[in-house]
Amino acid sequence: MFPRPIQQASTGAQWLYTIALPIALILWLFPLLGVALTSLRPASDLAQGNYFGMPSGIAWENYVYIFTETPIGQYMLNSLWVTIPTVIGAVGLSLMTGFALAVYGFRANILIFFMFVAGNFVPFQILMVPVRDMTLQMGMYDTWYGLALFHIAFQTGFCTLFMRNFIKALPFELIEAARVEGVAEWRIFWYIVLPLMRPAIAALSVLVFTFIWNDFFWATVLTQGVDSQPITAGLSSLNGQWIAQWHLVSAGSILAALPPVAMFFLMQKHFIAGLTLGAVK
Amino acid sequence: MAEAVTPARAASRWNQRTLAPWLFLAPGLFMFAVYVLWPIIQSITLSFYDWNGLYNQDGQFTGTYIGIGNYAELMTDPAFEKSLWNNLKWLVLYLLALPIGLFIAIFLNQTVTGIRLYKSLFFFPFVISQVVVGLMFAWFYAPNFGLLYLLTEWMTGKGIAILADPDLVTYGIIAAGLWPQIAYVMILYLTGLNNVAPDQIEAARLDGAKGWRMLWYVVLPQLRPATFIAVIVTVIGALRSFDLVSIMTNGGPFGSSRILSYYMYEKALSEYGFRMGYGAAIAVVLFAIMMVFISGFIWKMWRDEKER
Repeated sequence: MFPRPIQQASTGAQWLYTIALPIALILWLFPLLGVALTSLRPASDLAQGNYFGMPSGIAWENYVYIFTETPIGQYMLNSLWVTIPTVIGAVGLSLMTGFALAVYGFRANILIFFMFVAGNFVPFQILMVPVRDMTLQMGMYDTWYGLALFHIAFQTGFCTLFMRNFIKALPFELIEAARVEGVAEWRIFWYIVLPLMRPAIAALSVLVFTFIWNDFFWATVLTQGVDSQPITAGLSSLNGQWIAQWHLVSAGSILAALPPVAMFFLMQKHFIAGLTLGAVK
Repeated sequence: MAEAVTPARAASRWNQRTLAPWLFLAPGLFMFAVYVLWPIIQSITLSFYDWNGLYNQDGQFTGTYIGIGNYAELMTDPAFEKSLWNNLKWLVLYLLALPIGLFIAIFLNQTVTGIRLYKSLFFFPFVISQVVVGLMFAWFYAPNFGLLYLLTEWMTGKGIAILADPDLVTYGIIAAGLWPQIAYVMILYLTGLNNVAPDQIEAARLDGAKGWRMLWYVVLPQLRPATFIAVIVTVIGALRSFDLVSIMTNGGPFGSSRILSYYMYEKALSEYGFRMGYGAAIAVVLFAIMMVFISGFIWKMWRDEKER
């Protein structure tokens, strides 16, 4: 194991490590902690210049205010409306593409696979004008499905990479055996491969959820109003209205951060398996 | 079994197996072609046109072909040059995420009580939206009361409002971007460190290797796959970043924090105008830069595939 386990070090070093851990964590998460505290600070404290001292009270009313006086609840719902269909769509499509690319050896296989991988890394700006134009032409500008359709298509690239590698690592004899038995190809997919895909589906679902929830660029390009803007774009426009009202900005930020953070905590193992791309075995 | 299969059935089986992959691929490939491949071609085409994004009453495209006009204009556009330089700064400084991420990973690679929670809390910044990260750092940098301002005021007597300073603003935004990026690299290295062969470490230890030498000669070579992925995601992350600039400064002050992704958006979609062709030309330049790295990645993958 590297580095040498701290248990083998001197007592002094062990103490030092035990103390250093929480201090490092607080320093590391400082911006987050500061904003979390500010979100609960009464507006009057900020007005008096009390930004970092003891708050004069805990102001839950900041949260009440943003829920009752701003459309933040609507923004969060909009985000869900974009995120959940995208997760289902991208995972569903990539299960099929991943299966096709992992199981069949046809000539264009590797070419199509690399195309998905490369497409996944292109800068968004090269897609922006045509995608926006197309969405407008199809009458889907400023709708949740216009945004979700694009996300599904784009995320399919990353998801295909992941699914294909996952299926490749399954024992191929399973499929061979089924073929010998004369099982139809779609049944092999449905009854043999799919049940084994649960960890991959879980990993990709949490990852795609986080990516899409946090997306800001496409939200600004493809949506406009309160009725369809996701939380990231909504928070950005609220930020423009709340000039320097940091207690509100902070409360909004914490709310926007909450769902992906909760998702991460609930599904940590899957999340990390997905992020390491299966490349670090 | 073979004798039970009639020629007709064998043929249908063969058909099934050639047809099946295409049926499975069709929906995904269709979506990907419509929303990713085709737009890339369209953008490249569009970069040779002058177009305001509108159609005339009959629904006809109103752009005019101007050849390499947009690219020629880019050559003499100081804002483009500035963006390109800033992109380079992003690219180079973002790579700091590697050593820092590795350092934190080594720091956390212990088995003491509660370490799992520490690891996940250290990973937090990556999970949060960049919009929120941008707001958090804007608060941290805020003039007059922001912590950085107070800190610099206390040390030098004069506070620095980093986001209002044309010379420093890009560094301020990059620092904000590094925060989640370091977290990502850290998790890659933590996974990598978990899989370092213990016997090699022990053997090297018996040979008297420790500290830096151990890290450099024994551990790092084994972390190669993690490093490779880390470089790729960091480079792509640096070139793709848009959110932070948009949230923290809108490219300002005086356009000094623009980067290509943001400048493209500004030209094509913001209140400053709808110059779709010009924007597309900027996007093509960014795309070309990215393609260098993407090709490297694909090449490496291709080599790995052949080895299997």
